[in-house]
Amino acid sequence: MRLELVKRPEVSRVMMVVSPVLAVGLTVLFAAVVFALQGKDPAAGVYHFFVEPLLSPWSIEQLIVKATPLVIIALGLSVCYLSNNWNIGAEGQLTVGAITGSILPVLLPEFVSPATLPLMILLGALGGALYAAVPALLKTRFGTNEILTSLMLVYVSGLFLDWLVRGPWRDPQGYNFPITIDFNEAAVPATFPIGPLYLNLSAFLALILVVVLAVTLGRTLKGFEIRVLGQSPRAGAFAGFSAERMTLFAFMVSGALAGVAGILTVASEIGKLQPAISPGYGFTAIIVAFLGRLNPIGILIAGLVIALSYLGGEAIQTTLQMSSKVATVVQGMLLFFVLACDTLILYRVRLVGRAPKEPARA
Amino acid sequence: MKKMLLLAGTALAVALGASAASAQDKFKACWVYVGPIGDFGYSYQHDQGRLQVEKELGDKVETAYLENVAEGPDAERAIERFAREGCQLIFTTSFGFMDPTIKVAKKFPDVKFEHATGFKKADNVAIYNARFYEGRYILGQIAAKESKAGLAGYIVSFPIPEVVMGINAFMLGAQSVNPDFKVKIVWVNTWFDPGKEADAAKALFDQGADIIVQHTDSTAPLQIAEERGLKGFGQSSDMVKFAPKAQMTSIVDDWGPYYVKRVQAALDGTWTATDVWEGIKDGAVVMAEYANMADDTKKLAEETEAKIADGSFHPFTGPIVDQEGKERYPAGAVVPDGDLLGMNWYVKGVDDKLPQ
Repeated sequence: MRLELVKRPEVSRVMMVVSPVLAVGLTVLFAAVVFALQGKDPAAGVYHFFVEPLLSPWSIEQLIVKATPLVIIALGLSVCYLSNNWNIGAEGQLTVGAITGSILPVLLPEFVSPATLPLMILLGALGGALYAAVPALLKTRFGTNEILTSLMLVYVSGLFLDWLVRGPWRDPQGYNFPITIDFNEAAVPATFPIGPLYLNLSAFLALILVVVLAVTLGRTLKGFEIRVLGQSPRAGAFAGFSAERMTLFAFMVSGALAGVAGILTVASEIGKLQPAISPGYGFTAIIVAFLGRLNPIGILIAGLVIALSYLGGEAIQTTLQMSSKVATVVQGMLLFFVLACDTLILYRVRLVGRAPKEPARA
Repeated sequence: MKKMLLLAGTALAVALGASAASAQDKFKACWVYVGPIGDFGYSYQHDQGRLQVEKELGDKVETAYLENVAEGPDAERAIERFAREGCQLIFTTSFGFMDPTIKVAKKFPDVKFEHATGFKKADNVAIYNARFYEGRYILGQIAAKESKAGLAGYIVSFPIPEVVMGINAFMLGAQSVNPDFKVKIVWVNTWFDPGKEADAAKALFDQGADIIVQHTDSTAPLQIAEERGLKGFGQSSDMVKFAPKAQMTSIVDDWGPYYVKRVQAALDGTWTATDVWEGIKDGAVVMAEYANMADDTKKLAEETEAKIADGSFHPFTGPIVDQEGKERYPAGAVVPDGDLLGMNWYVKGVDDKLPQ
C-alpha cells in the first residue's frame, strides 16, 4: 500500500482562492494545539498570537514597519523567480544597499538637505543592483550556479560591513564600539500621521512598488518576457528575448529593491550603521515571495502575515511566557500548510494497493 | 495627538487585557535577552537573576522577559512593547540594545531602564556591567600553569572593548606565570552558535593548544575539550555538568543580587540612574569551583582571587606593554576604568590583529 499524487485534470478556481485562507485556518488550529501542549490556554494563545497585534495602533504600525522591507525585497525576488533566476542573496544585496546608502550621512554628515534621503535611497538601490549583478554576470559569462554565488556573497557583504564599522567608518566618539556616527536629521525618514497611525515613506514606497510591479508583470511586454523566459527559455528565444539579458535585468531589479529595503531599514529603524542591521529580512523575503505565489498583491498579504507571526511570537512570550521557539514553529506550520493546500489542489492523493510485481499488460 | 494616541492605546490595552487587571497593583520588571534562556551561558544567567527577583520579591513584583531578541531593528520594538505593556523597570541585557533603549526611554520618561555593558546614560536609564576581566586574569594564570604546550586557544565573539579587555587580562595573568605564554585567537562573530564554537575549538586544539578559553556563550567548546581529554573554562555560568573532567573553573555572572537591589530600590522610590561596574568584591563575578588542576595552581588562583576581592591587586597594573612594544602604562600605574571600557589594543604577546 502506498500513496500516490496524481495531477488533477482540472483545477478548481474556487479552491485556488480559498487555499491560502484554509492554510491560515489550519495554522491557527494547529497553533492552538501547540499552545495546549505547552500547558497554556489555547484560546488565550490564539488571541495573543493572531488577534492582539491587530488591535492597537502601535502594534499595527509595528506590523507595517516589519512587513515593509519583507514586501519590498520579495517583490524584487518574484521578478527573479518568475524568470527562472534563483537569487538567494537578497540579504547581501540589502547589506550592500545599506552601506552605499549610508555613504552620505556617514562621510558627509554636513550635507543636510531635502535631497539627502532621496539620494541615499538611489545610492542604496545602485549598490544593491551592482552587487546583484555579480552573480548574474558570473552566471551568464561563466555558467556558474547563481544559487551558490549569490548566497556566498551574503557572507562577503556581512564581513565587509563588519570591517567598515570597526575600521574606517567607526564613530571616533563611540568608545571604539563598532558603530558609525548617528545619521543627521535629513537622513532619517520623517513619520507622518495617517489616521491613528504614524508611518514613514517606506510603507508608501512599498505600496507604490506593489502597484508598479503588478502593472509591469500583468500588462506590459516586459512582464510577458519575464514569464515566458521563466516558463520556457526556448519559446522566449523564438520570441527574440535574450535569457542572458533577462538574468542580468532580474538580478539587478531584485538587488536594487533589496538595497532600497536595506537603506530604509537602517535610516528609519537604526539611525546608523552597525554590524547587525537585518534580522534575516533577505532570507525571510524568500518565504514571503513564495507564500504570496510570486504575485505582487499576494506578496503584500504574505508580508503582513509573516510580520504578524513575528509580533504574535513576541506577544505570547510576554503574556503567556512561551518560548520564542514557539513562534518559529507556527511560522513553519504556516509555510507547510500553504504548500500542502496548494499541492492538494493541483494533485489528488490516490491510495495504491500492493501492486503485483509484474503488472498485467493485457 | 501623540499623547491622545497613547492614552487611547493604553485604554484599549487595559480594556482588553482583563487578565492584566489582577496584576495591576504589582510592580512589573521586565528583561530583554539577546540569546535564548536555554543557552546555559549569558542570557541564562540574566534569567537566573530574574528568577531570583521573583523568588525574593515575588509577592510585590511580577516579571516578564523576551528572549532571542536580535540586536537590530527588532530590539526597539521589543523594548517599546514592554514599556507599553506596563513594565516599570526594564533591563536590556546586551550591548546592541543601547541606542534602542535610549530611544524608547525618551518616549517613556516615567519608565525606568537599565542597560548592561553600554556607555550611554539618561535620566531614566542606568547602566551596569561586571568586571569580568578580574576573572579572566585568574583564568590566564591557571592556563599558564596547567598548559603543557604553553599555548591556549581563545574563542571570541566580536572585537568590542569588553572582549579585547578580556583577552588582555587573560594574557597579563598568563604572562605573570610564564612570560612566553602564547594564545591563538579565533573570531566566530556570534555570541551563541554551538556549531561554530565547536568547530573553532576543534581547529584550535588541532593547532596544538591544550586549553580552551571562550568569550561566547554555549557549552560546545568545553564539551569538545571533554571529548579530547583536554581542559578549558566555562563561560557566564558554571558549566561543570557539561564537562566534569574538562572545566577547571568558570567566570559566573551572578546578576541576582544586583537585580534584587535595583528592583527593591524602584519599589522604595530610591532608584536613580546609576553607573555600576561591580566585580569579584561585590559578588557580581563569581569563580566556579577550581577543579581538574594541580594543587599549587589552585592555590595561586585562590590567592589572586582573594587579592582582587580585598582590593590589594588590580589585574591591569603597569607595566603594560602593547604589541608594538610601546609601554602604555608605567610600573605601578593602574589603568583607569575609562581606558578599560574603550580598550582597542592588544598587550604584548597576543598573536592577532585588531581592525583599526
